[in-house]
Amino acid sequence: MGETVLAAKYLPILILAILVFIIGLSMTIANQILAIRRPYSEKLVRYECGLPPSGEPRHPFSVKFYAIAILFVVFDVEAVFLYPWAVSFGHLGAFAYVEMIVFIALLLVAYVYAWIRGAFQWE
Amino acid sequence: MEAILKAALPGIILIVEALVLLVVALLHVAYTTYAERKVIGHMQQRLGPNRVGPRGLLQPIADVVKLLTKEDIVPLGADKGLFYLAPFISLVAGATSLAVIPIWNRFVLADVNVGLLVILALSSLSSYGVILAGWSSNSRYAFLGGLRASAQVVSYEVAMALSLVGVMLMAGSMNLSEIVKAQISSPFKIYALPQIIGFFVFMISAIAETNRVPFDLPEAETELVAGYFVEYSAIRFALFYLAEYFGMVVMSAVAVTCFLGGWAGPFEVPGLPFFWFLIKLYALLFFYIWVRATLPRYRYDQLMGLGWKVLIPLALLNIVITGGLKLWW
Repeated sequence: MGETVLAAKYLPILILAILVFIIGLSMTIANQILAIRRPYSEKLVRYECGLPPSGEPRHPFSVKFYAIAILFVVFDVEAVFLYPWAVSFGHLGAFAYVEMIVFIALLLVAYVYAWIRGAFQWE
Repeated sequence: MEAILKAALPGIILIVEALVLLVVALLHVAYTTYAERKVIGHMQQRLGPNRVGPRGLLQPIADVVKLLTKEDIVPLGADKGLFYLAPFISLVAGATSLAVIPIWNRFVLADVNVGLLVILALSSLSSYGVILAGWSSNSRYAFLGGLRASAQVVSYEVAMALSLVGVMLMAGSMNLSEIVKAQISSPFKIYALPQIIGFFVFMISAIAETNRVPFDLPEAETELVAGYFVEYSAIRFALFYLAEYFGMVVMSAVAVTCFLGGWAGPFEVPGLPFFWFLIKLYALLFFYIWVRATLPRYRYDQLMGLGWKVLIPLALLNIVITGGLKLWW
């Protein structure tokens, strides 16, 4: 019983997502019907400011992006840990507060380390 | 027959409600584009659109009709499946958050306990659309735009998630209706006053999340042409455009709900229960447009530095201070 009620509460989110998808899809279909189609090879070539494209478009990219992705995972998991703590903080008291300060301090160590090693430097 | 109808009735009502909400939101999105052009026009001492209809009021409709009749081009070498899918991911993830936002005391589509989590999850998902669009286009500009966008969205996502912890601490709930009710019964009436740091961090990261000026590096038109959607044309381009403005509307609505007291106002307006919510929403949307007309674009290293070195420490500090003050009381 309890579980079906819980699922029913989330149903409107799904319905809205489906409706948005249908609206987008119907617009694309209308576009397919209404628009003219005259493709030729120059039109289909990828855009590089009017010059003929050269080389491979998908370059190898800077390792900095990977560092940012890893830091994101660390900090996002931290945020997710903070959420339940924040919601029930009202009846947890001083002990929970001290614990969370310790938790944040531990993360700050990693944060300062990443800063010193230049993870936030972009040149 | 009647029994079936009776059983299906709540479902039908739900779908009709969702449809009405969506149509109203779409109208808002369409006229946000009009308002943006008009306001920026006047700020730059121009008139803005004024040809289609009285004072150019039919401009958004004319734009949609024009885009519907344009040729839909898929560049050679593009990954077709992902190329078709990407704008839909952006649009659906951008617009679905509306379901959990309480527009009025008695009107919220999905009154779920973890409303804020749903919003954060969906706003993370919308970055997939950007990355996939950049990668599947088989174009240099699109690829660079997609890379930048993903790094930027991911960085500011953290700051935004942390800035909302202060609100949750004060309200003791993640349900958005509960947060508004907690604000009404608090001595401050709105959380923007005690949570001023959180509000500041949230607004900046909201602008960065929606890739707007001054953080519009993924689509910096002077260097990357149009960034990740440079190869998109016709209605697929319009879908990305819609997704960006939906993101603006949703982020403003979240800010109104979490920091500005939602539907509550200094007095009741008879017959217009949504009045205060919409006024606050329009004020924030105007703020977005004003920022765009005023500020130049950030450099990429400044942008990442602002996110990681300023906003995240500020948000963490805000959590510690808020927790300490709440303990004191």
